[in-house]
Amino acid sequence: MSKPKLALYWAASCGGCEIAVLDIEEKILDVADFFDIVFWPVALDFKYKDVEAMPDKNIDLCLFNGSIRTSENEHLAHLLRKKSKVLVAFGSCAHEGCIPGLANLYKKEDILNFVYKESPSTINEAGIFPQTKFKVNGNEIDLPEFYESVKPLDEVVPVEYYIPGCPPQPPQILAVISLIIEGKPLPPPGSIVGAGEKTCCDECTRTREEKKIKKFYRPFEIVSKPDQCLLDQGILCMGPATRSGCGALCVSANMPCRGCYGAPPNSLDQGTKMISALSSVIDSQDPEEVERIINNIADLVGTLYRFSLPSSILKQKKILRSGQNASN
Amino acid sequence: MSEFNPRIVGFLCNWCSYTGADLAGTSRLKSSPSIRIIRTMCSGRVDPTFVVKAFELGADGVLIAGCHFGDCHYQEGNYKTMRRVVLLKRLLYDLGIEPERVRLEWISASEGEKFTRVSNEFTEQIRNLGPINLEYLQNRISHSLNEPVEVI
Repeated sequence: MSKPKLALYWAASCGGCEIAVLDIEEKILDVADFFDIVFWPVALDFKYKDVEAMPDKNIDLCLFNGSIRTSENEHLAHLLRKKSKVLVAFGSCAHEGCIPGLANLYKKEDILNFVYKESPSTINEAGIFPQTKFKVNGNEIDLPEFYESVKPLDEVVPVEYYIPGCPPQPPQILAVISLIIEGKPLPPPGSIVGAGEKTCCDECTRTREEKKIKKFYRPFEIVSKPDQCLLDQGILCMGPATRSGCGALCVSANMPCRGCYGAPPNSLDQGTKMISALSSVIDSQDPEEVERIINNIADLVGTLYRFSLPSSILKQKKILRSGQNASN
Repeated sequence: MSEFNPRIVGFLCNWCSYTGADLAGTSRLKSSPSIRIIRTMCSGRVDPTFVVKAFELGADGVLIAGCHFGDCHYQEGNYKTMRRVVLLKRLLYDLGIEPERVRLEWISASEGEKFTRVSNEFTEQIRNLGPINLEYLQNRISHSLNEPVEVI
C-alpha cells in the first residue's frame, strides 16, 4: 500500500508555522516515515506544476498556513482544495487572519503608498509600484495581485479543520498528526482541533481576585507580580476571551495573553467578548472616568483583534470609497 | 427621492425601558416605527457582540435602554452596560463606523414620553447619518462542510 500523501503550504504568513511543524522534534521522522510529503515549498523543491499535474483528491492531508493576501495565495488555496481530501487551516493566519489581517485597518492604496514611497527607509525616486504585468526581454510575465483586504482561508475555500495558534503549539500539532497516524476516528468536519474547549484563563496558574482596574498598563510600564493575575494588575491580558490549548505560555513568561488561539467556543467575536470582560473589571461608575481609563489602552482595536480581525463580525475598517464622505 | 427609513434595533430592559415603551403605546404617543424592539432582561444582557451582529445584518443604528443608575433590578447591570458602551463606541470609531449609531439611554417605566422623544430623535439622527453601507460584509461567503471526512 502506498503511503498517505501530505502537503504543506504557506500563503501570507511569517513562516513560524513551518518552524512549529519542525518543533515536534524527532517525531518529524515518524511523520516523514508515515506520510509521503508531496509538496512543501519551504523545505522541498516541488513546483506548482507538480501539484497541477496531480489527479484530484490526490493529497490526503494538506496543512495550509497563511492568510489570503494576494491572487497567488487564492490560486493555491483553490488548487490545493481541489487536490486534497482533507484541507486544514493551520495556524492563526489561515484560521482567522492573524497579524497580516491587521492590514484590514488600511486601504490597499495607503499600504502600497507607505511601503513603496512614504516610509522613512524607502528611496523610490522612479516611483515604482508593484504591477501585475511586467515585460522582460520581450516576454510578458504575470505577477500576483495584491488584494484590497486580507481573508482567512475558509472565506475562499471550504476547509475540514482548523488548528489555531500563532504558531500552533508543537504538542498540539503532534496530537493531531498522531490521531491520523494511529488511524483514530476524526472529529466532525468544521471542528477546531488541537486546542481546548475553555479559555486561556483556565490553564493559567496565577491567582485571581476581585478585579478593580483604575488604570491600564503596558507590560513595560509596570513590574508585574509573578503569581497574580495580570489583568488584576491592570495589564490587558486577552486570556478571558481566548481559547485554551497553548498551556498559558505567554502568561507563564510574564507577558499578557495576546489572543492567538482565537475566540473561545460558542463565541462569535473575540474583540466584543473582551469588551464584555473589560467592562466588568473597570472600577468606575462615571462615564467620563471610564473614558479616561480606556484612553490609556494603546491601540484598542489592534489589541482586541490582534489575531482575529478578518474573521471578526465587522471584518475590517469601514473604508469610504472616493466620492463618499462621513455624512452621507 | 424617497426618504431614507433607517432600520434601528432597540434593546430595551424588561424592568424599566420596555415598560416605558409600553406606556408610550398605551398613552397613544406617536413613536418612530423605525425602531424594532427586542426585550432583554437587563441592559447588562446586551453583549457588544449583539450590537456588531445587528450592524452586520443591516441595522443602521442600535438603541440600548435600561433603568436609571441606582434603579437596576440587578443592582449594577446598567453600570456594566455604560462601561461596555463607552468601550464599544471607541471600537466602532476605530473600525470606521460612526459611534453615534449606538445610543445608550436610561428610560424608567414611567417615562413613556422620554421613550417617544428618544426614539424620534434617534431615528432623525440615523437618518442624517445615512445608511450604514457595510457592503463588504454582504459578499462574505461562509463555507460549511457537512459531508463526513473519510479516515485517511
